[in-house]
Amino acid sequence: MLRLEYVYWLLGAFLVFTAAANLRERRFAVAGFWAILACPFLFGEAIAAALASGSRWPAQAMGVGVLALGILASQSRGTPALVPDRKNNKTAILGRTSQPKAEDPGASAQRFGNRLFGPALLIPLVTLLLALGGPHLHWNGATLLDAKQATLVALGLACSIAFVAALRVTRASVGAGLGEGRRLLDAMGWAALLPMLLATLGSVFAATGVGNAIAALVGDVIPVDSALACLLAFALGMVVFTTIMGNAFAAFPVMMAGIGLPLLVQRHGAAPAVLGSLGMLTGYCGTLLTPMAANFNIVPAVLLELRDQYGVIRAQWPTAIVLLAVNVVLMALLVWR
Amino acid sequence: MNYWPLLGVAVVVAGFALRRNPVLVVTVAGVVSALAAGMGIGDLLALLGRSFIDNRALLLLAMTLPVVGLLERFGLRERAREWIAGFRNLTLTRFLVAYLGLRQVLSMLGLYDLAGHAQTVRPLVAPMSEAAAARTVGELDEDERERVAALAAATDNVGRFFGEDVFLAFGAVLLIQGFYAQHGIALDPLAIALWALPTAIAAFVIHALRIAIFERRMRRRMRDTRPATERVNAEA
Repeated sequence: MLRLEYVYWLLGAFLVFTAAANLRERRFAVAGFWAILACPFLFGEAIAAALASGSRWPAQAMGVGVLALGILASQSRGTPALVPDRKNNKTAILGRTSQPKAEDPGASAQRFGNRLFGPALLIPLVTLLLALGGPHLHWNGATLLDAKQATLVALGLACSIAFVAALRVTRASVGAGLGEGRRLLDAMGWAALLPMLLATLGSVFAATGVGNAIAALVGDVIPVDSALACLLAFALGMVVFTTIMGNAFAAFPVMMAGIGLPLLVQRHGAAPAVLGSLGMLTGYCGTLLTPMAANFNIVPAVLLELRDQYGVIRAQWPTAIVLLAVNVVLMALLVWR
Repeated sequence: MNYWPLLGVAVVVAGFALRRNPVLVVTVAGVVSALAAGMGIGDLLALLGRSFIDNRALLLLAMTLPVVGLLERFGLRERAREWIAGFRNLTLTRFLVAYLGLRQVLSMLGLYDLAGHAQTVRPLVAPMSEAAAARTVGELDEDERERVAALAAATDNVGRFFGEDVFLAFGAVLLIQGFYAQHGIALDPLAIALWALPTAIAAFVIHALRIAIFERRMRRRMRDTRPATERVNAEA
């Protein structure tokens, strides 16, 4: 059976490749950054297993690694800034990584034409086929893909297949292909780390009772006899808390336990299914507003080489605000139907 | 109730407001929050390490980078632009609204990782949007290019977010069901997922309108800044 762990190992190997390439260029801080980031992918399962059997030091060592990543990302000169520097990008392209002879992408586009689309489209297509069919495929008596994580395993496999296809179309070497991936990864720099780190912060907030403290504060302020006031507090609480945590999933249990369940469902008789569904989506409006949701709002700004790191948020906040208003009205109309 | 862990939230808000390095802000916020809660160093490190590993799936998008990087090196984005420019009646609005609808439907089917900023937006959707915009208003300057690219990314976000909750097996639906189950309320996932439909439709309508408004404003901006002769060329 193909497990997600194998995909993680592959990704870990790519990170090690990136670290080694930077090491060769004597960019030690950057090399160290990617080397540490490779650890959760190469040893993640082993660390989790050790923790389960009562041995805490590997997880603690990883914790030290997390702090080291934070310091390296904020200190190292070599790690690219969030505002992309086109010139630096150029030097990285012309750097010492083994590259195919520099060719003008425009001329190359003429030469390869639509064949370039093939490998790019293979990523979604193969992911689709494997995610839908993978759990039903059997090989030597075992299912081909781990059913619980079929989509992510499928994505990893699809990327590998598309990479081979891209190498065949362009006739570039494996080293050159990985070098191009490394160029993009270096250009993203610490922005690549941010989503994982923010999710980690969410776990820390949950473990230290930040959510309960906020729910208690909100509960003290609102007039609990008014059903509408409770609903507004719940909706705004979802948005504000999602904005702070960058994740509606983290906000949901907190706001439900603090306001949704005791006040709206139990006291004012709101329909739980409607409240849960619309409450979560109200939180999603907050996700569109916050830099804390880095993988959706900050990483694309870097990927698209926007000079304004909040450019994507600027493009979507009006949608979020209008939708939030619509959602609150929908809730008020539907939960007490 | 111990309110001191809220200091971590204050660190986050202050850090982002002062535009300090987000990685450093987040790291400091975690440490402050844990120490304020009275957590020991050993527990803090184990918690950090454990949560970091639990959330590593978020870096899987890096798997696409070698493919995307290699194809871009050989002109993928240029080719995407040329291809879109060949369509006679395609406008930015038509292109992005179609992508929004497609993204929502795919997410509703549970295929939310099919597209994304690294997989589709950077290599395909953003350059295609730029080409579609350039077809109607002429060559974009850097400010306009960035606005169009940002709108493409925003469209991907809206399509994904307000499609995925309609999918039964999506984490959010299961989280809602699990929360109620813990508190003695049994719900069918289908009952939860269906209530996401009204918001999904509202999100499509609102964002599609905003895309259309964006294109109209862009045309007006370009008309104002451009000399008359060039305008004739662009419209011809």
